[in-house]
Amino acid sequence: MKYAYYPGCSLEKTQRGYDESVREVFEALGQELIEIDDWNCCGATIYMSVKETVSLAVSSRNLALAEKMGLDIIAPCSSCFTVLAKTNRILNQVPEMHKDVNEALTEGGLSYKGKTKVRHPVDILMNDVGIETILHNSKKSLNGLKVAPYYGCQIVRPEKGFDDRENPILLDRMFNKCGADVVPFPMKVRCCGGMLMTTFEDTALKLNMELLQCADNNGADVIVTTCPLCHFNLEAYQDKINEKYQTKYNIPILYFTQLLGIVLGLPEKKLGIDSSFIPMCKKITDLMEVQYV
Amino acid sequence: MEQIKHHGLMSRKEVELRKAFLEQVHIIPAGERINRCIQCGTCTGSCPVSYAMDISPRELIALFRAGEMEMIMKSRTIWICASCYACTTRCPSGIKITDIIYALKRTAMEKKYQSQQAQQVQILANLFIQNLMSYGRLHEGTLIRKYYMKTNIKKLFGLIPLGRKMFQKKRIAILPKKIKAYASLSRIIKKAQEIEMREEPALLGYEPDYVGYKALGELKLEPRKGE
Ligand code: SF4
Ligand code: SF4
Repeated sequence: MKYAYYPGCSLEKTQRGYDESVREVFEALGQELIEIDDWNCCGATIYMSVKETVSLAVSSRNLALAEKMGLDIIAPCSSCFTVLAKTNRILNQVPEMHKDVNEALTEGGLSYKGKTKVRHPVDILMNDVGIETILHNSKKSLNGLKVAPYYGCQIVRPEKGFDDRENPILLDRMFNKCGADVVPFPMKVRCCGGMLMTTFEDTALKLNMELLQCADNNGADVIVTTCPLCHFNLEAYQDKINEKYQTKYNIPILYFTQLLGIVLGLPEKKLGIDSSFIPMCKKITDLMEVQYV
Repeated sequence: MEQIKHHGLMSRKEVELRKAFLEQVHIIPAGERINRCIQCGTCTGSCPVSYAMDISPRELIALFRAGEMEMIMKSRTIWICASCYACTTRCPSGIKITDIIYALKRTAMEKKYQSQQAQQVQILANLFIQNLMSYGRLHEGTLIRKYYMKTNIKKLFGLIPLGRKMFQKKRIAILPKKIKAYASLSRIIKKAQEIEMREEPALLGYEPDYVGYKALGELKLEPRKGE
């Protein structure tokens, strides 16, 4: 299958590990990602919350570009995914808004009928590609690795989407089938605070401390994430959390596509694992060295 | 100065705030469900940051009903909400609390309520918009640098080690990148702004003197499809 790839601003550089691993994993599984030419920022949650028509018009430009390509959008960043999907929903439910947005888009020589579907890689990998294809292409088993899958809040909410909103299981299933020991992680959809790390740091540090604590108490070797913001908060602020709460967490954080890439036998370098701040635990480095199962 | 209107129910300020807020609620699909709140507190119990709020999500709705918009406008709550949708997902009455909080935020910005927390969030939001308007994509480095320069310069220095680490890991783009169709995107934004200004949604049966349920007019409830 072909998809219109929307990397989003974070994946361009600061979270290159997600971008690189998404591209590699999809290629390895025979899926084609065509980057939307000249996409713009989706406006992110912050924009959506302060200006309605403008934010809808800004994110619709991307939907219109994908519609022209005749493909569904794949958006790995949770925030982009939610914003693009929400734009679609509002335009479909409120015809006046759809008209207004099209009026604005016309200024840029574009129009949007409302046909583009917005998809998340977890959904595509598990529901389109399927676990059988993944296993068929897998080169390594995650046997013995304890994984805490962290979905974050925005890919499964607010509307009912591709997985359960309270207890999503697609990632659990994915890594379970790849041989990992998926640990219970009751905080799997608890919020990381997102941009609060900038505006209300104390609150955000507490939220992330609780997430790390929960993963640690359940014996996780690694937390896998689906969102650049969650990833950054958990990873880059782990030091600060340790300092503030007198803890000693040293839990590597990987994008789910990075761990999946390891299973598919892709080289560490191509998956952007070298961009991690926290060194991988021994179980993971050993895995990366193994050639075949 | 005429402070109290009609039956002595609401001050003029309250009337204005309600009107601005209800206009915002009107744009939210199914926004009118706000009047189905049963004050169960599920939203507050589900909220990961309610412990740090001065007014809980449930209380927001109670205060709105009671005609205390101004208290809401001055609260810390609307600025600290992390948009995680936990409340919206669990509300037994299908109220889109996260969107309601966005609407409150927009109202507070429109009516220029400036608490310290409000300022922080607004500075970030405005810089974000500036950034987007100048390049079409977000350049995180510029955003964060400008934000801390405006709010807490000491913190900016504190971030230097993190910045260095990111640089070593090739995770920093030194310069922002402009999209090619930058001019066309600016035209789209400009037009959308014009549209937003001219918009004055008609409020069905809207009577600003009422508080509580009546303020939203006749109830139109659709079934909650498959939610
Ligand atoms: S969960 Fe819904 S019904 Fe219950 S108090 Fe909150 S808004 Fe009201
Ligand atoms: S969306 Fe906001 S109010 Fe609702 S649970 Fe999340 S942080 Fe709390």
